[in-house]
Amino acid sequence: MVSLSSLTIACFIGIPLGTVLAIKRFYFRKTLLAIINSLMGLPPVLVGLIVYLYLSRSGPLGWLGILYSPTAMIIAQVILIAPIITALSNQIIEELHEDYRDLFLSLNAKPIQAVIAYIYDSRYSLLTVILAGFGRAISEVGAVIIVGGNIDHLTRVMTTAIALETSKGNLNLALGLGIILLIISLSISLLVMWIKSFSKRYAHV
Amino acid sequence: MRIIKKNLLIIFVLFFQATQVTASDAIILQSTTSTKNSGLYDYLVPLIKEDTGVSINVVAVGTGAAIKNAENCDGDLLLVHDTPKEIRFIDKGFGVQRYNLMYNDFVLVGPKSNPANIKTTDKILKALKKIAETKSLFVSRGDESGTDAKEKSLWNLLNIKVQSMSGTWYRETGSGMGTTLNIAIGMGAYALVDRATWVTFNNRADFEIIVENERILFNQYGLVTINDANCPNINLEKANLVIKWLLSDEGQTRISSYEVKGEILFFSNFNK
Repeated sequence: MVSLSSLTIACFIGIPLGTVLAIKRFYFRKTLLAIINSLMGLPPVLVGLIVYLYLSRSGPLGWLGILYSPTAMIIAQVILIAPIITALSNQIIEELHEDYRDLFLSLNAKPIQAVIAYIYDSRYSLLTVILAGFGRAISEVGAVIIVGGNIDHLTRVMTTAIALETSKGNLNLALGLGIILLIISLSISLLVMWIKSFSKRYAHV
Repeated sequence: MRIIKKNLLIIFVLFFQATQVTASDAIILQSTTSTKNSGLYDYLVPLIKEDTGVSINVVAVGTGAAIKNAENCDGDLLLVHDTPKEIRFIDKGFGVQRYNLMYNDFVLVGPKSNPANIKTTDKILKALKKIAETKSLFVSRGDESGTDAKEKSLWNLLNIKVQSMSGTWYRETGSGMGTTLNIAIGMGAYALVDRATWVTFNNRADFEIIVENERILFNQYGLVTINDANCPNINLEKANLVIKWLLSDEGQTRISSYEVKGEILFFSNFNK
């Protein structure tokens, strides 16, 4: 599924980046953080348009020939959700870092060890962050309809199918699809909650 | 229960199709929402695949957007309905050849209450004049689609400057035909719509056809080939196979025999 692939990629970019931004102190860090925070509210249609312009056969990346493909949709969604995951995980890790910085300094731990410890320690909070990113990915329609083209059996996803059925006046079918989308989203949240409570209980055994 | 089953099947398909890899042997057809929403492609694409071996991915946007996408080389073939724009597309060197493919017509739809008091004997121009005079709500596509161009040309004939009315009784949605119809029905407004979309549209409420069957409401669909001197990456060979099929006796007969709710939606007219 497009949303899951983009979520995975966005996590691999977002969580490490968020952590580095939380720990390292460098010039422009604040500016960079402000930019990433504002990118959380990036309008999907704008992302769709920009990705379209790049991937169009007359655009700079046109030779790839991936416009109107699931790959194009994944690229657009990664751009949309990576800032969310980066900013939120940065927030979480930064708070941890304030508490533990001195401890790690005294233990003379390598930065990479600290990073792993932070991510491991905040894994439950990060799950919620990932859920937020996933929510954005599966609910989004503006970007994927531009770069995917809503092609039957190729780039049509739940949200674009809902848009299409609504425009055909098949409101019942559109609503049905919407409910199923909700159920998917709900079951994933429940699964995450269950994982959390399950592992917390056994963590103390 | 049947609806639920049908839905579940769709969901199932949706779930897995997204994981498919792009088939590079498929051509991209830039086309319009009216042809797509009518189900014409669901009917034609498998037939074409069977006869020529070419699969087609249809991108359905307004005619204006489809032409712009084709100018960016993001389509292997163009099927739209705005003849002057199609000719301009060729004149600018983006396209090579244009064929008449099929036609149907536009109709004016509106609420049963008929606030502009349009009579069934009124011609379209008179009807639009009444709408403007009574300032009855009218919803326009406003997206440079073929339907939008036709509608704007009618207002031009009447010398009514609708652009300056935009936002008052004249409302532009900037959306596809189906979305625009939904909005018109929500507001109780008149709208110009192609017959194929109207026949297949399932949320009509108390709306009905107010004006129809006029020469001026003729709606011609054209098939335009893309210039490969301008777009070397397009799949001209496969596009030509599809054109050949669509213009063949077989293709033309198939188009004219596509029916929804007992109505023929498109009449083929290549070489007519």
